[in-house]
Amino acid sequence: MSSFLSISDPNAARRLFLGRSTMLLSGAAVALLAGRHALAAKSKGTHADDARILNTALGAELEAVAAYQVGAESGLLEKPVLALAGQFQGHHKEHADLLASTIRKLGGNPVAPKSKYEFPVETLKNQADVLRFAATLEKGAVSAYLGAVPLFRSRDLAKAAASILGDEAMHWAVLRQALGENPVPSAFVS
Amino acid sequence: MNGLVLIAALAAGDPAAGEAVYSRCMACHALEYNRTGPKHCGLFGRRAGSVPGFEYSGAMKRSKLVWNEKTLDRFLANPVKAVPGTSMTYAGVPDAKERAALIAYLKRESVSARCQER
Repeated sequence: MSSFLSISDPNAARRLFLGRSTMLLSGAAVALLAGRHALAAKSKGTHADDARILNTALGAELEAVAAYQVGAESGLLEKPVLALAGQFQGHHKEHADLLASTIRKLGGNPVAPKSKYEFPVETLKNQADVLRFAATLEKGAVSAYLGAVPLFRSRDLAKAAASILGDEAMHWAVLRQALGENPVPSAFVS
Repeated sequence: MNGLVLIAALAAGDPAAGEAVYSRCMACHALEYNRTGPKHCGLFGRRAGSVPGFEYSGAMKRSKLVWNEKTLDRFLANPVKAVPGTSMTYAGVPDAKERAALIAYLKRESVSARCQER
């Protein structure tokens, strides 16, 4: 299977992956904002349950931002891949911002970024290692959101989480493609 | 691993099959270090909520669970039901065969060489 890394023009490769980035997260934001009135009507206990789910997701998103930073600063990424990593990191920042603001709206306290994250940096020797590491995190994120969606009391929040799940799944697929692997290995995710 | 082999491996609680299930956990967990969730090295026989340096929910710290095949099976089937208030807000692994394989993998890795190094 061909990899986008084989595209000779870096700008063309970059355009290929950066061209359609803005719609999904704004969809999640709209879902949350649209659900604000419905959220306000829910009980305090319901808010606490949903805020706890969002806070766990926020912790993982903040770690993903840090992980992409490690990748970006590794010096192992070629230019188009570096741009891609920057874009995906930007998505995770948007997820984190939205999750944090929603937790506040629910009356909760969003978790802060850790002062230090541990990553298996000793195993990252080349670009493929970095991509594989990122793909592992993104696959895990898909599973984490899939496991969180049915727990939300608020359907608006479940919808927003599903929107983020879709974004993580696209990241995972693109990273697999970049590694020369089948980008969509099965009909379902788990 | 083809489909039939995978099904047989899951049924037997095969750690190799469990490794594939574990990939779902890797948004939040790693074997060797704490992440959004606590590390899994040394999991078996460990009291829940006791990894140094990890900030657990009050619910997990109060759970009095000790991790073994039985407690993991109950928790992983539905974490928020088994420990209400846990930060592991995940619907769980409802398939008993997948859980058995995952637990077999965690048990094997819990004392693996890579864990002993940490």
